[in-house]
Amino acid sequence: MQTHAWIIPALPLLAYVILLIFGKRLRETVAATISVLAILVGFVLAVLVMQEVATNGPIVATTFNWLSFGATTITVGFSVTSLNALMLVVVTLVSTLVLLFSRAYMHKDDRFVRFYQYLNLFVFAMLGLVVSPNTLQFYIFWELVGVCSYLLVGFWYYKPEAAAAAKKAFIVTRIGDVGLFIGIILLYLGTGTFNFNQMFQGSPVSAGLGHSAAALNGGLAMPWFHLHGLMFAGWHPLFGMSPYGFVTLCAILVFIGAVGKSAQFPLHVWLPDAMEGPTPVSALIHAATMVAAGVYLVGRMYPLFLASSGASETVAIIGGFTALLAASIGLTQRDIKRVIAYSTVSQLGYMMMALGVGAYVSGFFHLMTHAFFKALLFLAAGSIIHAIDTQDLFQMGGLRKKMPLTHITFLAGALALSGIPPFAGFWSKDDILSATFDSGHYVLYAMGLLAAFFTAIYIFRVYFLAFGGVAKTEKHAHEGGLAMKVPLIVLAILATLAGFINAPFWPELGNFLQDRGPIGYDPGANYPLMAMSAIVGLLGIWVAYAVYSKEGRAERMATRMGVLYKLSFHKWYVDEAYQFSIVWLVMKLADVLNFIDRWIVDGIVKVIGEVAYLGGVSLKYSNTGQVQTYGLVTLVGLLLLVAAAIGIGGVL
Amino acid sequence: MALQPFLALGVVLFGLGLFGALTKRNIIIVLISIELMLNAANINLVAFAHFSQPAQIQGQVYALFSMAIAAAEVAVGLAILLAFFRHRNSADMKDVDLMKW
Repeated sequence: MQTHAWIIPALPLLAYVILLIFGKRLRETVAATISVLAILVGFVLAVLVMQEVATNGPIVATTFNWLSFGATTITVGFSVTSLNALMLVVVTLVSTLVLLFSRAYMHKDDRFVRFYQYLNLFVFAMLGLVVSPNTLQFYIFWELVGVCSYLLVGFWYYKPEAAAAAKKAFIVTRIGDVGLFIGIILLYLGTGTFNFNQMFQGSPVSAGLGHSAAALNGGLAMPWFHLHGLMFAGWHPLFGMSPYGFVTLCAILVFIGAVGKSAQFPLHVWLPDAMEGPTPVSALIHAATMVAAGVYLVGRMYPLFLASSGASETVAIIGGFTALLAASIGLTQRDIKRVIAYSTVSQLGYMMMALGVGAYVSGFFHLMTHAFFKALLFLAAGSIIHAIDTQDLFQMGGLRKKMPLTHITFLAGALALSGIPPFAGFWSKDDILSATFDSGHYVLYAMGLLAAFFTAIYIFRVYFLAFGGVAKTEKHAHEGGLAMKVPLIVLAILATLAGFINAPFWPELGNFLQDRGPIGYDPGANYPLMAMSAIVGLLGIWVAYAVYSKEGRAERMATRMGVLYKLSFHKWYVDEAYQFSIVWLVMKLADVLNFIDRWIVDGIVKVIGEVAYLGGVSLKYSNTGQVQTYGLVTLVGLLLLVAAAIGIGGVL
Repeated sequence: MALQPFLALGVVLFGLGLFGALTKRNIIIVLISIELMLNAANINLVAFAHFSQPAQIQGQVYALFSMAIAAAEVAVGLAILLAFFRHRNSADMKDVDLMKW
């Protein structure tokens, strides 16, 4: 089955091509069915692949030569590892449900088929990225994911906010992509290869690498690259850097790419704005495709990060800080989708923090559970928006009775996000917090715990405001059709139960991902810490209940918090800070360049043109039409030529 | 007789013709001046043919061709003149400015 893994990304591509060819002639049902079926079959195949990886272990990458230059051959192909297999399953599963949901959500949209085209392309790009065996192919799909997010976020391009958000998403992630691309080139120069499994091939970490991965990794094998020991045998550090410095530089550059895609702290601003896209797109971006790519990148390049404690510390700190920052912003946003968006940023911070402290399995465990409950939350929010046509939390209320299914599924997602046992988020988030604590990052642990507290508050704030209280709009809210209900139910079940596949007493996922030996740092079960996370989550829910279940209390709370409330409500003024520093600077620079281009470069060209034109215009008036004048001038010219010829002694 | 007097006659006639063609206001005079220039050329042709060693006939033949062409040219020129006169009611070179900007 693994040798046919390429079919999984090929199916959405096929669906995309079909929709592209038949376009508007297809009816909504047909377009949706083709798309959902394509990815559903992909999901079944992905499960088979995963099963085979679990029993037989992964195969080596299948590649074909693409082009050769010098001693390097660039290949394309696909590879299956246990990490890939997990990602394939998660991506196809969530995508199937989101595509099914879109059938109802986008019903009667003028560009329904176009929407499904983009979704298919998006899923194809993500799956292609997952199975890429080398950095170059990875980068191609990486950019394709970026383009698709641009198209989908700006799907309702006639709304100015949506158009601006699409641009912002594209440009901000671009900044990260530059870092990634430099990193890829440096890695190529250092190792002479683009292939993941050759890049990290070689002898165990040698003495040349003072701060080796050994400290973090115990000098263990990097099994998912089919290797024993780490890399660096064939590495040539550049620019006179020490090997450690070079590895750190590469790792940080690669991480910058992940920061952009996964919306980590300095580049997180695009993700909340991306909420202007249709809600299923948000679900897809947040759960399965776009943002997971950054985390996956770090996981795929994990030996690099393990080899450099500096780089992994950076990852951990950025992740922890992002988790706290985004959670604190989520507390006060009024737009339901924005709250969930900041929650995504925050949860991605957790994943990065996990990878940074070495908890590889916990990071991907959280990626998986998060994909389920975040898709669920978004789709539930989509169901609410679909029903009452507003995204403002303070205009919702009393939906518990009107939308019982949405209510119960949203509750499951909220409990999972808050980390309440036995819901999925509890196991994964707790793993991360335990690993952070056990590996001695106490400050990060405290930040993570505080973020978990905030998480519980903001998601239950949404819950109480939307479902509790009394209805505030006259609109008759009702549940969506079957296409909306089924994804909600499936995701709710997953959000409730998915955590058990890596529970401390049944660490199946851990065993699967580490089928060739331990990777990074795997904390054992730490029951006091588990209890701590659960208590913090419950505390957060209680706070949310106390503040938001009664009218008026929220406002009083806001005024009492004063500056803190303002800071949170205005997203810590990060956007404004960028506006007044980077954007302003770039704009001014652009103005200067525009001036130079318009008045100096264009000016020279225009002056030349003007001179020719004026010359022509003035000479025009010498054309008097008087044949005799012409004749005279010709005669004079002839005489002059003859005189000149005589003067220089003949021309022949 | 020598060649030079014939050439001198040709130069004088050509110069007169050129002067007339470039300065006279009346179109008919201009046409006549052009005929003068053509005839100056004919004199040269005949003279060179006569005085070349051995004597050749081509010069005279060319002169005859030239006369025939001159006759045709005058016919065309006069036709244009007539058309112009009907159009502009003038036979003055200054009024022939249809090709100006």
